[in-house]
Amino acid sequence: MTQNLEKMPKGSFERITIDAEQSERISKPSMSFWQDAWLRLRKNKGAIVSIILFTLIVIMSFLGPIISPYEPNAQTITHANLPPKIPVIENLGILDGYGTLGGQKMDIYELKNVEVNYWFGTDGLGRDMFSRLWKGTQVSLFIAFVAAAIDMLIGVIYGGISGYFGGRVDDIMQRIVEILTGIPNLVVVILFILIMDPGIVAIIIALTITGWTGMSRVVRGQVLKYKNQEFVLASRTLGASDSHIIWKHLMPNVLGIIIINTMFTIPGAIFFEAFLSFIGLGLQAPDASLGTLINDGYKLLQFQPHILAFPAILLSLIMICFNLIGDGLRDALDPKMKD
Amino acid sequence: MARYIGKRLIYMVLTLALIATFTFFLMKILPGSPISSASKLSPEQRAVVEARYGLNEPLPVQYFDYMFGLLKGDLGISINQFKGANVTDLILSRMGPSAQIGFQGMVLGTVIGVLLGMIAALRQNSWVDYSSTLVAIIGISIPSFVFASLLQYWFGLKLEWFPVALWKEGFMSSVLPSIALAMLPLATSARFIRTEMIEVLSSDYITLAKAKGASGFEIAFKHAFRNALIPLVTVLGPMAVGILTGSLVVEQIFAIPGIGEQFVKSIMVNDFSIIMGTTIFFSVFLIVVILIVDILYGIIDPRIRLSGGKN
Amino acid sequence: MEKILQVKDLELSFNTFGGEVKAIRGVNFDLYKGETLAIVGESGSGKSVTTKSIMRLLPEQSAVFKNGEILFDGRDLTKLSDKDMQKIRGKDISMIFQDPMTSLNPTMPIGRQITEPILKHQKISKSEAKKVAIDLLRLVGMPKPELRMKQYPHQFSGGQRQRIVIAISLACNPQILIADEPTTALDVTIQAQILELMKDLQKKIDTSIIFITHDLGVVANVADRVAVMYGGKIVEIGTVDEIFYNPQHPYTWGLLSSMPSLDANESKLYAIPGTPPDLLDPPKGDAFALRSEYAMQVDMEQNPPFFKVSDTHQAATWLLHPDAPRVEPPASVIERMKKFPGSRYYEGGAV
Repeated sequence: MTQNLEKMPKGSFERITIDAEQSERISKPSMSFWQDAWLRLRKNKGAIVSIILFTLIVIMSFLGPIISPYEPNAQTITHANLPPKIPVIENLGILDGYGTLGGQKMDIYELKNVEVNYWFGTDGLGRDMFSRLWKGTQVSLFIAFVAAAIDMLIGVIYGGISGYFGGRVDDIMQRIVEILTGIPNLVVVILFILIMDPGIVAIIIALTITGWTGMSRVVRGQVLKYKNQEFVLASRTLGASDSHIIWKHLMPNVLGIIIINTMFTIPGAIFFEAFLSFIGLGLQAPDASLGTLINDGYKLLQFQPHILAFPAILLSLIMICFNLIGDGLRDALDPKMKD
Repeated sequence: MARYIGKRLIYMVLTLALIATFTFFLMKILPGSPISSASKLSPEQRAVVEARYGLNEPLPVQYFDYMFGLLKGDLGISINQFKGANVTDLILSRMGPSAQIGFQGMVLGTVIGVLLGMIAALRQNSWVDYSSTLVAIIGISIPSFVFASLLQYWFGLKLEWFPVALWKEGFMSSVLPSIALAMLPLATSARFIRTEMIEVLSSDYITLAKAKGASGFEIAFKHAFRNALIPLVTVLGPMAVGILTGSLVVEQIFAIPGIGEQFVKSIMVNDFSIIMGTTIFFSVFLIVVILIVDILYGIIDPRIRLSGGKN
Repeated sequence: MEKILQVKDLELSFNTFGGEVKAIRGVNFDLYKGETLAIVGESGSGKSVTTKSIMRLLPEQSAVFKNGEILFDGRDLTKLSDKDMQKIRGKDISMIFQDPMTSLNPTMPIGRQITEPILKHQKISKSEAKKVAIDLLRLVGMPKPELRMKQYPHQFSGGQRQRIVIAISLACNPQILIADEPTTALDVTIQAQILELMKDLQKKIDTSIIFITHDLGVVANVADRVAVMYGGKIVEIGTVDEIFYNPQHPYTWGLLSSMPSLDANESKLYAIPGTPPDLLDPPKGDAFALRSEYAMQVDMEQNPPFFKVSDTHQAATWLLHPDAPRVEPPASVIERMKKFPGSRYYEGGAV
C-alpha cells in the first residue's frame, strides 16, 4: 500500500456530476420469458437436432408413401422377402439387394428375376417395406398426438378446476384421481383394448382413459402454487374476474409445464401403441403401425432381419427425439435453472 | 405414520375391489363367449360346460361368487387354455421364472444406473457424463421389445453366446432377458441419481463438509450418496411397473414360461379367467410394491421417519 | 501483534457463460492473532468470495486465482494441493455459514457431524471424540448434549443448529474462524444470543475471527477492525472506531448514513443511489464513482491507490489526494466525526 503522491494531470480533481441513467445501465437486453426460453433451447444441440430430425420424419411419413411407386398394402407374392436395394448406395456394398440363401450370399433380385428396386425390401407377402414403414409411422404418430392432445385437454381442465376452486370440489376430485392412479396403466389399457374392436380408436381410448391423471396432477399442483401468490392476490384485490385470473395470470405460468408434460406423454403413447401391437392387441392386418411392423419383423428375425431393423430404428429414433426435445424444453422453460 | 399406513391400506382395498369389479364386468361384455371360440358343442353339451364353470348362474351370483373367491385367494378356473386348471395355481406355478428375471433385471439395472449416475455427477461435463447421459436417453427411449430382439439377434443368433429362446440352461437362459429388462431401471436411476447428486453436491452441508476437511471421496460417499439415494426409492414403484410391462414382451421373445407369457397367450385365446386372474394379480403386485416403497421412504429418511409420528 | 494470515494482491475470477466475472480485483489485508476482523459490504461486493477463496471452497472449474497470494503459516494457500488443503480445513481454519437450516447434513445424526472433523484431524478414538463433541455442545450452550448427539438436524431450531455449526467449527481449536453472515438468517433475538456466544468463545479460546456481514450494527458489536468492500476491492480498512467515527471513503459514508439510528432527527432514511457495478465489465476508475455525489474526473480514469489516514487506517479514494478539493461528508457522518479525536470536525469528548 504505497502512498501515491505523484502529480496528477490538471483538471483531474474537477467535480463531475454523474448521470443517474448511466449508473443504472442494464447490461442485458430485456427479453420476454418465451424469447429467453427459445434462446436457451437454441443452445441445446441435442434438442435442436431432434427437432429437425423429427420434422423430417413427419414430412417423410406423408411423403414416403407417395414417392414410393408401391401401395403400402399391395401384395406382389412373386416379390416376397426381398432384401433392401437402393440405387447408387448399392455400389457401396450395403443395401445392394444381396441376401443369404442356404448359407450363401447372393443377389436375391437376380435370383427371383426382379427388375425393379425395393429401397427397404419387401415382407413375406411382397409388400413394399418403404411405403409401409412411412404409412405405419404416420399411423403411430397420429395415435400418439391425438392421445396426448386428449390427455392434455382433460388433464388441464380437471386439474385446473380442482386446483383453482379448491376446498370440497378439490377434495372429491382428488379422491377420484387417487383411486384411478392406483390402477396400473397397463391393466387398464389391456382391458379396454379387449372389449373394444381393435383399431386406432380403441387404442386412443385405451391410452387416454387414465392417461390424463398425470397431467391433471401437475396442473393442479401448479395452479395451487400460483393462485395464492401475491401477483394473483393483487389482481383479485383489484377486482379481476375468475376468467381474467385464469387466462391472464395462471395460464401463462402453467403453460410451460403443460408443454413439457405433453412432450413426455407423446413418447409414452408411441411406446404403448407399439407395445400393444407387439403383443397382438394393436391394429389388425393389413393396417400397419410401427408396432405391427416390428411384430411382423420379429417373427422373421432370423431370416429377414431388415424387416425388423427399419421400423425398430425409426421407432427408437422418434422416442429419442422426443425425450431430447422434452429434456431441452424442460431446461429451457424451467426458470429454476435460469443462470 | 400408522394412520398414514392405515389410510393407504383402505385406499388399496378400495382400488382392488374396483379393479376386480371392473375386470369382472368387462369380461362379461367381452365379444364372443370363450367356449364357443374353442370348440363346436351341441346346446346340451354347452349347458353342461357352462354349468361346470358356473356360467349359467345369474350375473350377480357369479359376481359375488367371484369376489368371495378372491378374498380366499381363488382366482377361478381356466376355461380353454389349460382346461379346468385353477388360475391361482397356474399363476403361482409360473411365478419363478418371472420373479427371477424381474429381480435380476431390477438389481442389475439399479446398481449400474446408480453407479453411472454417481460418476456422471461427480465428473460433470466429462466424457463419462456425456456417455452416461447417452446411455440413459437410449435406455429410456428404446422399447424393451426392440432391445430384447436386438440382444437375441446379436448375442443369441449371431454370436451364439447365450441360448436364443430356451428356458433350460438355468442362469445362462436368464442373462439376456434380465439385461433387456434392466435397461429401463438403469436409465431411470442413472438420470435420477445424476440430478439428485448434482443438487446435493451444491448444497450448503456439502460445503460445510468440505470446510471440515473431508476428502472428495468422503464427501461423495459419506455425505452426498445417502442423501441422493434416499429419493431414488420414490421411482422404484414406476420402475417396477416398467419391469412388469417389459416382462410381457420379453418373456414372449425369449419364450420364458412366466406369468407374462401366459397372460399374452390367454389374451390370444380369450381365456378370460386367466386374463382376469392375471390382471388382478398384477394390480395387487403393483399396488403393494408402491405401498411398500412409500413406507420404506418414510423409514429410511429420518426427516419423515421422526416427524411422521407427530402428524 | 502477530500476523496470522496475509492476503496479498488477491485477484480471482469466475469463468461463466457470459464471460469472465472479476469477483475479486486486488484485495490486501492482514489478520492478527486473536482479533476479529469484520468485512462489510453489500451483496456482490466480493466479501463472501474472498473468504471462500481463503478456504478454497469455490468450484475449481469456474473460479480461477489470477494473481496474489494467501499466506498462512508460511505457506501460500492458493498453491497448496487438495490433500494439503484438506489438512488445513476444519483444523487450522474453519468456517460457519449463513443458513443453519441447510448447512447440516439432514440424514446424519449431529453427533457424527461434530466428531467428523475431530476424527479426521486428531488421532483419538471414537469414544474420546464423542466426549469432545459433548463438551463442545455444552460449550455452545446446548442443554442435555448427551441426549442430543443422536438426533438429526431437523429436530433442532435454527438458533440451535447454528450453535451446532459453531461447535463443529470449533472442534479442532482452529487458529482462524471464518463466519460468513452467521446471524443473517436468524431472528433478531436469536441473533443477539449467537453474537454473545461468539464473543464469549473468542475470549475463551483465543482464535482469530473473520466476520462477514452487511449489518453495521453487528460490526459495531463484535469487530476490532473493519474492512469495507466494494466492487471486488477493499475501499477502506481501519479499526472499528476509525471506520465508524472517521470514515473517509464516500462509500463508507453512504453505508453509515443508510444505517437507521434512533436518535437521528431525519425522518427519511438515506439510501445509496444506483446498483453495484457489473463485474463482468468493471468500471475503469473508482468503481463507486458512478454512484457517488463526490465523483471527480480522475475517478473515471484511474483506480485510486490507498491513502494512509493513520497507522491503522487506510482508504482508497482520490478525495484524500492533497490536490483534491475539500468536500463535506453527509451531515450524519459529520455528527459522528465530531466525536473522534484527530478528525477535522473533532469537538472534544471521546467516542
